[in-house]
Amino acid sequence: MASKTDKDDRSHVVVTGISGRLGRNLAKSLHRLYPVIGIDRRPFPRAPSDVVMHRIDIRSRRCEDVFRRNRVRAVIHLNIMHDPRRSAEEHHTFNIMGTQQVLEYCVRYGVDKFIVLSTANVYGAGPRSMRYLAEDAPLLGAATDTGMRDLIEVDMLCTSFFWQHPQIETVILRPVHICGSVHNAPSNYLRLPRIPKLMGFDPMVQAIHEDDVVGALLATLAPGARGVYNVTGPEPVPLSAILDRLAKPIVEVPHLAFGPMVKRMYAARLWSFPPAELEHLKFGCMVDGERIRRDLDFTPERSLNDIIELFRAG
Amino acid sequence: MDGPDRPSDRYDTPNEAATELIEELLARFVGAFGAVRDTVLDPDMTQKVDRMSRENLNEFGYDPFGYSPEYVKKVLPFLAVIYRHYFRARVYGIENVPAEGRAMLVSNHSGQLPFDGAMIGASMVLDADPPRMVRAMVERWVPTLPFASVFMARCGQVVGTPENCRELLADDNCILVFPEGANGISKTFDKRYQLQRFGNGFMRLALETDTPIVPVAVVGAEEQAPSLYNWKALAKMLGAPAVPITPLLPILGPLSVLPLPVRYHILYGEPIRFEGSANDDDGEVGRRVKTVKRAVSELIEKGLATRDGVFR
Repeated sequence: MASKTDKDDRSHVVVTGISGRLGRNLAKSLHRLYPVIGIDRRPFPRAPSDVVMHRIDIRSRRCEDVFRRNRVRAVIHLNIMHDPRRSAEEHHTFNIMGTQQVLEYCVRYGVDKFIVLSTANVYGAGPRSMRYLAEDAPLLGAATDTGMRDLIEVDMLCTSFFWQHPQIETVILRPVHICGSVHNAPSNYLRLPRIPKLMGFDPMVQAIHEDDVVGALLATLAPGARGVYNVTGPEPVPLSAILDRLAKPIVEVPHLAFGPMVKRMYAARLWSFPPAELEHLKFGCMVDGERIRRDLDFTPERSLNDIIELFRAG
Repeated sequence: MDGPDRPSDRYDTPNEAATELIEELLARFVGAFGAVRDTVLDPDMTQKVDRMSRENLNEFGYDPFGYSPEYVKKVLPFLAVIYRHYFRARVYGIENVPAEGRAMLVSNHSGQLPFDGAMIGASMVLDADPPRMVRAMVERWVPTLPFASVFMARCGQVVGTPENCRELLADDNCILVFPEGANGISKTFDKRYQLQRFGNGFMRLALETDTPIVPVAVVGAEEQAPSLYNWKALAKMLGAPAVPITPLLPILGPLSVLPLPVRYHILYGEPIRFEGSANDDDGEVGRRVKTVKRAVSELIEKGLATRDGVFR
């Protein structure tokens, strides 16, 4: 695990959580632009050869060596876990302590830029959230889904870091539902062979292609970019507009039966859709992605049809 | 058997009376049926929807709030039947509503179910020239209802938060506000045509966005589902804004809140423009709210004076 580029003077970009699907996609674009150092406890098979991998836990002290030995220009922090099957305690230590640790290294070793991938779910889905939420909207996500608490805490930790350390360009990205090869609730849901839907509910949803999230991460690497940014892809559509185009059987379930059913199936590991995400099938949560488009010239390239194509049957 | 002073004596045979009655009823029914059919098949209907603003629609035909003109095209015939043949709505002063630019319709609210909102919307699509989409501000409770939530959203109704209002007005929409809120729609029959407390929120938004206010009165809706009592404890349990107890409840159950075939009179007043700061204190804003309230109540009086019966 020792790095082969000890004492490298070029300025590196450190990507934490590089072995996740999004991290791998990011690494494949990023390594052409900057020397990349990856930190993850999971392996990164078929990594680009010039990406230096460190298979260590973000919380471990050895992580500091990466910052000690290399001149780090920027950190892209993807090392945030959200797996409802794991305990809240593990979430808290991994996400919050891990983030805290990385923030400390950034200060100690004079990193210029810190980018964290949060989520638009921190705003929370609800009957009030039907308008476009701007970056200053309150983070109410934990009101209906207590599993969101650690993610909100990470988001806020980074926001206060932004104010405490003006010399470091801190960027907090809050993308809407990321769709693609990633293993998150919306992608898992759309990958199902038969898609259950809440009878009588059809919320407006915002999805973004994983490639566009990579694009947004690259856009925020530009010097000068700082602050909180919502990241949106194509215009919002009703959930049914997406489901109808998937050419998959749709199972309409009455909403009184749906909650308990999902809970049972989830507990029995018959289904990977976390019950807490049900609110998103009912109300949705829409955010305003205008700011990043205006400030950083970020334009998503993938249309809704590209996203639908990823999950289409046959 | 037939005595000389039996009424059926006026006819040659007793059967003829029945035949005539049946024929007359049939003719009426066929006439009504024909009129309903003409309304449903009216080719103008889809044209009217096409003539309305299509701004902010995405490639799939939805606006950010979920409004879909294609959906409206499908449900408009049914709304038109209710509007023209069930409530037989009469509309006065619809030309007072600005044809373009932001506008705020402020109306009284009554009838247990929000048919008044639907009929104001229908009148602006069917009887205004050019037709105009009205975005009504609805209760936060509505999105939690299955089916109704989808229906309302596709028809352009939006949850009435100040942020939503601001967004719609910034895009030059015509919005519909019921400042009485749930207290207005669920009031009991003894309080009919008495305006409940108006909130100040709509006035602050109008001042902030410099939006003209058009007072609107709906006369007739008060009698569509007379409620004797609002069972607030049960409403709280169900999470509903109100549970009206109507005289027909023992027979019809929950269907008893469906409207009787009253005649609707929808009166639009002249637009009022207000000047001032949106951040004035409640008293200052309240005075302007009172002006609107007075305008609405004058329209109600006018409507009550012109009508010659609840059902006629």
